[in-house]
Amino acid sequence: MPVLELRGITKTFPGVKANQDIDLTLEKGEIHALLGENGAGKTTLMNILYGLYKPDKGEILINDQKVDIEGPNDAIARGIGMVHQHFMLVPVMTVTENVMLGNETTKSGVLLDREKVTQRIREISDRYGLEVDPNAYIKDLPVGIQQRVEIIKVLYRQADILILDEPTAVLTPQEVDGLFKIIHSLIDSGKSLIFITHKLKEVLHIANRITVLRLGQVVGSAIPGEVDEQKLAEMMVGREVNLVVEKKVAQPKEAVLKVKDLHVNDERGNPAVNGLNLDVHAGEVVGVAGVQGNGQTELVYALTGLLPLKSGTIHLNGKDIHKATPRQIIEQGVAHVPEDRQKHGLVLSFPLLDNMVLCTYYKPPFAKGVNMQDRVIAENGSMLVKQFDVRTPSIFVAASTLSGGNQQKVIVAREFSRPIKLLIASQPTRGLDVGSIEYIHSRIIEKRDEGTAVLVVSSELDEIIALSDRIAVMYRGKIVDILPAGATKEHLGLLMAGVKPEDIPDSAKKKSAGPVEKVF
Amino acid sequence: MMNTKKNPEIDMRTRIAWGVVLIVVGLLVLFLFAFSTEAGQVTKFGLNEAKGEAITIPDLLLPTQPTNYVLALILIAFGAFQLARGVKSTSTLVAVLAFSFVMAFLVWAARDKSFSLVGMLSSSVVRATPIALAALCGVISERAGVTNIGIEGTMLFAAQVSVIVGTTTHNLWIALLAAILTGAAVASLHAFLVIKFKVDQIISGTAVNILGAGVTSFVSSRFLEKNIDTLNNSGTLPAFAIPLLSKIPVLGPVLFDNTPIVYLTILLVAVLHVVLFYTPWGLRTRAVGEHPKAADTLGVNVYLMRYINVMIGGMFAGLGGAYFTVGSVGRFDEVMTAGKGFIGLAAMIFGKWTPIGAYTSSLIFGFADSLQVKLQILKVGIPPEFLLMAPYIVTMIVLTGVVGKAVAPAADGQPYEK
Repeated sequence: MPVLELRGITKTFPGVKANQDIDLTLEKGEIHALLGENGAGKTTLMNILYGLYKPDKGEILINDQKVDIEGPNDAIARGIGMVHQHFMLVPVMTVTENVMLGNETTKSGVLLDREKVTQRIREISDRYGLEVDPNAYIKDLPVGIQQRVEIIKVLYRQADILILDEPTAVLTPQEVDGLFKIIHSLIDSGKSLIFITHKLKEVLHIANRITVLRLGQVVGSAIPGEVDEQKLAEMMVGREVNLVVEKKVAQPKEAVLKVKDLHVNDERGNPAVNGLNLDVHAGEVVGVAGVQGNGQTELVYALTGLLPLKSGTIHLNGKDIHKATPRQIIEQGVAHVPEDRQKHGLVLSFPLLDNMVLCTYYKPPFAKGVNMQDRVIAENGSMLVKQFDVRTPSIFVAASTLSGGNQQKVIVAREFSRPIKLLIASQPTRGLDVGSIEYIHSRIIEKRDEGTAVLVVSSELDEIIALSDRIAVMYRGKIVDILPAGATKEHLGLLMAGVKPEDIPDSAKKKSAGPVEKVF
Repeated sequence: MMNTKKNPEIDMRTRIAWGVVLIVVGLLVLFLFAFSTEAGQVTKFGLNEAKGEAITIPDLLLPTQPTNYVLALILIAFGAFQLARGVKSTSTLVAVLAFSFVMAFLVWAARDKSFSLVGMLSSSVVRATPIALAALCGVISERAGVTNIGIEGTMLFAAQVSVIVGTTTHNLWIALLAAILTGAAVASLHAFLVIKFKVDQIISGTAVNILGAGVTSFVSSRFLEKNIDTLNNSGTLPAFAIPLLSKIPVLGPVLFDNTPIVYLTILLVAVLHVVLFYTPWGLRTRAVGEHPKAADTLGVNVYLMRYINVMIGGMFAGLGGAYFTVGSVGRFDEVMTAGKGFIGLAAMIFGKWTPIGAYTSSLIFGFADSLQVKLQILKVGIPPEFLLMAPYIVTMIVLTGVVGKAVAPAADGQPYEK
């Protein structure tokens, strides 16, 4: 008897069929992976199960009984717990306060009983190996531990069905191993789990059963031993995909970017980059690996003139640019694909053609004196849309109407169509579908082969490994080590977690057999 | 997320800045006050109110010039120490600076005269009351994530309604209740606009302020002024001394011989502190103001929490409004709140969004206000227009962030979208 059964779930948002007639069952003690690209409808389905959305059609059965889930309270009461992709924790509160929020234990009915809750958290910690200090403030905890708090929150409410939404997205490889151990101990004690992800390797590693979603529909299911990554990727995307980035050996030339002893404060004035040194040569891709929040964002901002330096120097083609404005830096031949494409990459309310000339609109041929040359701008837009395969009804629609992948292509079109010497790409494929990832990666390698220096910052280790000729690992505002292209994931993971280069065991440096693969 | 690590360079700069400020103020005391007095002058600080305390303690007699020298020396010595070694806590520095300068100024201003210290402290507590109530209104609304800058307008409405109700019913307790309900009603208007319709919270608050000033002034000039005895003469809530406690020297007359609104305010500070930090309601309120989505996923009704907290805040503001009419003068004058609602918001920020902090900073503003009045009586030779600015200048200095940066609730002022 399945503990959970979804029958014919359908949910439509204005213009989008997010879920169409989805069936899903979860057996007791099972890890059921829900695999699909971004936008395939995985999160929508789980939000329906958790009561955050109401389905248009379909029914939910728990232990063979039909239930109505009106809101999170209903879901919690029926033993469903969800660990959200973006943690739902209040940073300025303690672990205990976060765990009991909404389900408080009180002394004499009025005052919070923190001691009792702390006690319960300790019990849960011991039982499932979820080590955490109940009195610590969330803001002081690393993401791996914050995730444990999320799991404790769910267990505190005595959930039997756990939904983990992209739980590995923010973790280092070692933290992922830790999470998998925890998952196994949960299964051993009789819980059932739905594991949402778009990473193929993980699915094959941990799941008992896999259901693949595409465009809001179930396109198939599989059992790990019977399929491989290639097959799953094809199910996800609906066509054959090339999982390996094909590239020749890099031919690095002169250093284009030279960063020496860089110090940058973040927007709150706290040090984020702390004495960073880095060179990027023409014709090579340098990947910056690291757990989010180790100063990567500030490094990119400093290089592109968006944040002032505190000290240190940045040389671009031998010229000092540490005081240059963003426009001066752009005119030196720097292209920037920003981390947050909607906030910093595009003016969402502007039509595509205007977004295509954001860096160059003031120069001929797009402007003559103070007059914008509408015809030239439109021609430029049409040409780039064709050249970069942006799927859009017209160049006159607002950028906000496009999908994430196409928005990213607009940015890439704008930045790559100028003569550039240095390309800085920050999280270039975050949240994109497999097809777009393939496309953007091949474009980046193409730029490299034309002799552009490329700096890629990404929190996806697989992406860094697939693209880079050299991999710089960033930890607490410093580059702790630079490894050659063939470095192992384990080696990188240890460095990302703060292990000193000299303390890395040799076994971690050894490469497992097979070519470096890209995982979606 | 707030980083707890401190930047050593910024630390160094603030350390030097504080040292220099202390020394400069010390020199000011020396040149402005100490050198302009003569040897042999004496300042007398009255420590009794002529209300028959159980024990009369002798008044404080201070030799003017030596006292100023000592205070100047303390300031300079502290400044030098700060430059050389650095004092850990900023609040110590602020306390030393404020105390020494204000003392030196008072000793100088009241040279050869008698000055009732107790009288001034007692009036500070009274004058702090409406500011504190406005601040508490801000604390509870903003802790739940709703900015309410319409406190000034809310207080005006409540002040006017309470005087009309008090005059017509001849019952000041009903007047007080009417004020509280008016506050809740006006706040629920604000809440409705910003929670339901997601109107910009600053604009909605400003609208409430303009509405409050406009409507009450209109009603006042059209009806109240012509019918003073039937509409605008409520009388005031009587002060009552708490037995025994009011007999304690100094503290007695300052704290325990006041009107009900003053007592109620102190009580509310304590209650709100406990509610916010030690009860489920408070935990949920703070969660809704910091990370509403997190609260929502745990089944907390974000909208309901916000509505209720904003309305409770409105009740505080309503009580603050009543202070102006039935609490002190018994009649309504146009725009009589004179910016106290805004000063309350400054006190809230200064008090770092905590009830106790907000009350303490209200006392500072109340002190500045009452100082200004006493100085006019003492005729210190500073034009009264400048003295009138005192509370507002203190507000501005506070808001420039003298006492460290305060961190507002993370979701403060942001509408919640499911």
